[in-house]
Amino acid sequence: MTDTQAQTAPWHRVVLDTLKKNDVRLVPYVPDRVFTPLIDALHADDFFTTFPCTREEEAIGIVTGAWMGGLRAAVLMQTSGFATIPNAVASLVCPSQIPALIFVSERGTLGEFNLGQAMVCRTMRPVLDALGIETHTITRHDELAFIVDRSIKQAVATQAPVTFILSPLLTGGKVFAA
Amino acid sequence: MTQNPAPGAHNAKVMNRFELTKRLVAQLKHEEAVIGGIGNSNFDLWMSGQRPQNFYMLGSMGLAIPIALGVAIAQPQRHVVALEGDGSLLMQLGCLATVAVRKPRNLTMVVWDNGMYQITGGQPTASAAVTDIVTVARGCGLPNSAWAADEDEFDRLFAAALRDGGPTLIAARIDDKPGTGATDRDPVQIRERFMKGLGVRK
Repeated sequence: MTDTQAQTAPWHRVVLDTLKKNDVRLVPYVPDRVFTPLIDALHADDFFTTFPCTREEEAIGIVTGAWMGGLRAAVLMQTSGFATIPNAVASLVCPSQIPALIFVSERGTLGEFNLGQAMVCRTMRPVLDALGIETHTITRHDELAFIVDRSIKQAVATQAPVTFILSPLLTGGKVFAA
Repeated sequence: MTQNPAPGAHNAKVMNRFELTKRLVAQLKHEEAVIGGIGNSNFDLWMSGQRPQNFYMLGSMGLAIPIALGVAIAQPQRHVVALEGDGSLLMQLGCLATVAVRKPRNLTMVVWDNGMYQITGGQPTASAAVTDIVTVARGCGLPNSAWAADEDEFDRLFAAALRDGGPTLIAARIDDKPGTGATDRDPVQIRERFMKGLGVRK
């Protein structure tokens, strides 16, 4: 993808192409409405092995095993899913130095209609900060490819996880029909 | 492997995890990967001999099977074995459904069922009372799931899993003996050694 194409392609195409460019072939996920176009595109592309898991922790385990077996992998989840994985991240991914690529569809902000989602969103960044995990909240389309591409390379080179929080400013988020 | 309805754990002999772990490892001839679950599953795997293809999971209770699934996807030519306790599996039962959908032929899951959280003080698990792990696995869509009636059948079931492919789940009733030793506690060293054992690192 050229820089010009990256400017015009939808966000999910930019993410998919950047994963492919970095040879990230395995993408287990727990479904999310906002991520649906990305998930559909991953399923439609034979380059990727992608499938749903019953819990986000499970996907973290799969990504860890895949990396140790020589396969780069990313995991997709939403904010509330992130709240279920701190034990797996703190006791497996961080101490074992696994470059898990964690994509989070951000709910709980910028027009959230569910109080529970808004509350759980507040737990995410403090947990990431406490664990010292490289985290990027991506709000701008023109920065998306650069951030994801460079951060995947950094994760692999430094053997450390990275979290990409995809803001509603980038994805449009989930809209409440008021 | 039997396709009959799950016979139930009550027909199975109560065996010993370390003895069965040694029997299992003795059958590994092709650098098969083994993922040891947290606690005693790990400890007895460690004490059975530290193969480079062994991964010892120090935290993340319940994730031995998902880690093994990840390795199995990454290296489809290598057989991968997960060793997990009943308490750990009960924490992450959904992984059986995921494995059943993926159908990795190179994955074998071994469940040590002592009906208790042995390492935390012997509190009872649901499998001590009413939950049949093999019935659960079959219900998740894993028809090649069976209780090992005794040591000889355990050997036969495991040999068949390696020979015929799976996914396969073998459950063994075990006694309340703790692990026979303890692993080193260096996660980076464990992970690096494992990656070398899998040929990923030079």
